[in-house]
Amino acid sequence: MNFFAQALAVARKDLAIELRTRESLNAAGSFAIVILLLFSFTFDPFSDDTQEFGGGLLWLAFVFAGALVFNRGFARELPNECLDTLLASPLSAAALIVGKAIANFAMLLLVELVSLFVFGIFYDVNWFPQAAWLALVFALATWGVSILGAVFGAFTVNLRLRELMLPVIIYPLMIPLLIAAIELTNTVLSHQPMSGQLQWIRVLVASDIGFTTLAWVLADTILLN
Amino acid sequence: MLQAIELNQVWKFYGDYAALRDCTLSIQEGSCCALLGRNGAGKTTLLRILAGLTTFQRGAVNLFGEKPRAENARRQSGFLGHGIGVYEDLSARENLHFFAGITGSANIPTLTDSWLERVGLSRVATMPVRQFSRGMRQRLALARTFIHSPKILLLDEPFTSLDDRAIAMLSELLTEARQRGATIVLSTHQLREALATASHVALVENGRLRYSGERTQEMLDDPALLYRLHTELGAPQ
Repeated sequence: MNFFAQALAVARKDLAIELRTRESLNAAGSFAIVILLLFSFTFDPFSDDTQEFGGGLLWLAFVFAGALVFNRGFARELPNECLDTLLASPLSAAALIVGKAIANFAMLLLVELVSLFVFGIFYDVNWFPQAAWLALVFALATWGVSILGAVFGAFTVNLRLRELMLPVIIYPLMIPLLIAAIELTNTVLSHQPMSGQLQWIRVLVASDIGFTTLAWVLADTILLN
Repeated sequence: MLQAIELNQVWKFYGDYAALRDCTLSIQEGSCCALLGRNGAGKTTLLRILAGLTTFQRGAVNLFGEKPRAENARRQSGFLGHGIGVYEDLSARENLHFFAGITGSANIPTLTDSWLERVGLSRVATMPVRQFSRGMRQRLALARTFIHSPKILLLDEPFTSLDDRAIAMLSELLTEARQRGATIVLSTHQLREALATASHVALVENGRLRYSGERTQEMLDDPALLYRLHTELGAPQ
């Protein structure tokens, strides 16, 4: 079994468990929707400013909801010492982390899609004409967030306060990626041309490559120590 | 005969505490080594090092000439720790399918079905493991460990809290594994069962290997003999 087949096997297994239990999806989805709902009372959702703060609001909801997904990723391996079983198997530690990231990515994209519909309704934003650009931005940014969540999910899995520690560690590391994602999302929501925003696309791509390389290089060290 | 497992002057520290001290041990291919010792002696640490689950600070460890974390070494070994290592929210078939897949087994659906049949879980193959009884879980864990016919079996107290059916099944699987030439290392507190199964014995006390060698008839006749002769604390009560 090659690296990608191993990673996909881990992702399929995690998604099968998630579809059965819906532990992460229910928590993350409802949390993101509640954030969007609460902020709709704070701001005037029908003002033109929505396009100015929409990106920030959406990504705030996504990364908070994401922490709930990431925390479950490796915690799922603790009962019955499944993590030891995986690490003793021929599965590479990097494939395990990338597999977790793929599962995180799929779950977070689903939460984002649902949140986007809620956002469109509550804030009176028609994002449909820009759906392709939004899909690109969301896919690039969500992969970066997901792989970072998987790396540090592995790092904090044996900590007693992992639910607290994971967001504290990953949010500062996400700042460049989040700034890029927010800028691009605001540009898309305000129907401005994307041609002037290529530097932010580059930041997203660079973050994705950097975080994926980090996962690849540090996987054994993180999971065995 | 080829050495399947070799430990050379291995030291393992947890902080300042030396869990393993200067351990040197060779285990021949095809032999069954019972790892004996009291709680906290270092048996589990030794097995975890062999399984590539923990690092060590000094010395060298090889499984068929490769480091324990080498993919080839892990492909050839099967590990059963204190946990059963299966997912509660997947069915028995899904669990075996997944583990057969990541161990690189061929013909996975047929292999999975034959192991489900063998451990008596065919009728509940699609039921989530969380609905299984303790005995059913243990049998599934055995199937998970043996499904890829590993050349090295690392078993940490495998007989502990097994029901009668699972004990019989494990004994049968171990006999079969030895017949096909697999090397077995099992840690245990159950002296009689272990000595009856083992061809070799290694005794660990306070992280030190006090004795290693072939299991003799004297040991079978008097299981506490090893402890009396080779440990400072004497035979277990």
